[in-house]
Amino acid sequence: MTVTITVNGADHALDVDPATPLLYVLRDDLELNGAKYGCGLGQCGACTVHIDGKPAFSCLTPVGAVAGRRIRTVEGLGSTQAPGLLQQAFETEQAAQCGYCIAGMLMRAQALLDRNPDPDEAQIRAHMQTNLCRCGTHMRILRAIRRAVAMHKGIQAAQEVRP
Amino acid sequence: MKRIRWTGWLTGGALVCFVGVGAFLGIAHRSSLPAITPPKAADFPAEMLSRGAALAAIGDCIVCHTADGGVAYAGGRALATPFGTLYSTNITPDPETGIGNWSKEAFKRAMRDGVSRDGRHLYPALPYDHYRQVHDGDLDAIYAFLMTRPAASAPAKANELIFPLGFRPLLAGWKLLFLHQEEFTPRPDRDAEWNRGAYLAEGLGHCSGCHSPRNIAGAEKTGSDAYSGGVAEGWVAPALNGSGPAAVPWTSDSLFTYLRTGVDGRHGAAAGPMGPVVHGLSRAPEADVHAIATYIASLSADRVPKAPGAADRVAEAARTNPAGASLFAGACAGCHEGGAPMMTQGRPGLSTVTALQLDRPDNAIRAILQGIHAPTGPAGPAMPPFAASLTDAQVADLAAYLRSRFSERPAWTALETAAATVRKEESQP
Ligand code: FES
Ligand code: FES
Repeated sequence: MTVTITVNGADHALDVDPATPLLYVLRDDLELNGAKYGCGLGQCGACTVHIDGKPAFSCLTPVGAVAGRRIRTVEGLGSTQAPGLLQQAFETEQAAQCGYCIAGMLMRAQALLDRNPDPDEAQIRAHMQTNLCRCGTHMRILRAIRRAVAMHKGIQAAQEVRP
Repeated sequence: MKRIRWTGWLTGGALVCFVGVGAFLGIAHRSSLPAITPPKAADFPAEMLSRGAALAAIGDCIVCHTADGGVAYAGGRALATPFGTLYSTNITPDPETGIGNWSKEAFKRAMRDGVSRDGRHLYPALPYDHYRQVHDGDLDAIYAFLMTRPAASAPAKANELIFPLGFRPLLAGWKLLFLHQEEFTPRPDRDAEWNRGAYLAEGLGHCSGCHSPRNIAGAEKTGSDAYSGGVAEGWVAPALNGSGPAAVPWTSDSLFTYLRTGVDGRHGAAAGPMGPVVHGLSRAPEADVHAIATYIASLSADRVPKAPGAADRVAEAARTNPAGASLFAGACAGCHEGGAPMMTQGRPGLSTVTALQLDRPDNAIRAILQGIHAPTGPAGPAMPPFAASLTDAQVADLAAYLRSRFSERPAWTALETAAATVRKEESQP
């Protein structure tokens, strides 16, 4: 059966069983290896992507359920050459140990920043609660998100002073 | 002449009304009780404080009296009722915004008569119809416990009720009609454990507050309607009198496991407002939880169980609902299909989960959209939410498939609308 999905703005027609988890399709068919398989049970968040702007576990999302909806993966945030703002903040804070959870962390955090560019600490913590890091890098991850918030504000302020 | 008669009637009528209103306000009026200087922890014996803590856990005071992410017992939680939104109040010992200057007598009057220290009537969202059944010494212990919590300054938020319910003296009328409960007296024909369970469940536990239907005035129905099931925050609170559709009958052992751990292998996991109840009971004295389980099990003891047993009509369900079957395979099977890691840990199979047997699909839809938060900490039962990955139409397909596969009961209807309703509620702050 053919399922057409839109990932990072590009359409892909795939010949797959619609029950296949989106995560497998992203990694195996589209070679977008950012999202990771951690638990396959919706318990860790390593597989987090955006569906219509909301963070979701791609390991538990049948690909047939997202036909025609907007999917965004970590590859859609920026590239090695041109990292996005949140990716830069993670890099500056060295917010990764093994890195396995980070794509999921980035997508989860990005969803918050898209909705609320200036979240407070409690909002950040509550929002990030679903994502686990087995290396225990949580404090650096939180710092990176705070840095991204500050960078965003800095850019805005700079834009305002320009004539 | 005629005219004078008329005026006479009018004056007479007005007088009757006036006297009536006056009499009503007379009944409605409650005096304010003197403010006290807040007591100190040293004023209460340690035994009393620990007993108060255990009783407050069974009464679940903290659930309603704590806002999401707020200070414990400082109030501010929005309670949606059919009559509008109420905000719980601060019951920390802060003298200005909490109950710091409430005497023991003022506290007990609030718990029994629903009257604030300053004489205002309290809304029956505070289940004083239950608390007035609690023994004096236990109310003293809860008072001691609350008065020794950290004080937090948190002024009450204004309620948003439909007209004219903001006028509190009206509550005197409600009380006249519905507030007749007496202090609990043990039944001599039952043993001590049953009586302890009945005392806790009817009093502090206020189980029937959710598990009994309510009348148009929001008061619990009693008699044969008691424990025949109700609604809490949009979740169906299943019947506890045996009239519910559980696939396998409850026993006092399965109730104990469920109340203590939040999950029972043949009925399901505590979700929605039952989560915090389990959270409280997981910390309460074990003997008390056994007693509650014994009492609740006795409510359905007289009924011949009509439990249909477990159904699993996998082929038929896939034929009638292929879309739902595909969604189930991709989204649910990893945990819920036979042989999945979760199933080998004694988690309930879907064919015995009560949510799929109920007349209404609400609990199943809510669990799918919102997930289940482990009520007892990380080891407890949890389910991820699917609101972001499934559309309302997909949730409807999935729910229809689940119903046809795991239950012999009639198909659910209007599933997509039900999913949309829950989702709308969710997106409100
Ligand atoms: S891999 Fe999806 S949540 Fe763990
Ligand atoms: S950095 Fe290793 S899992 Fe998070």
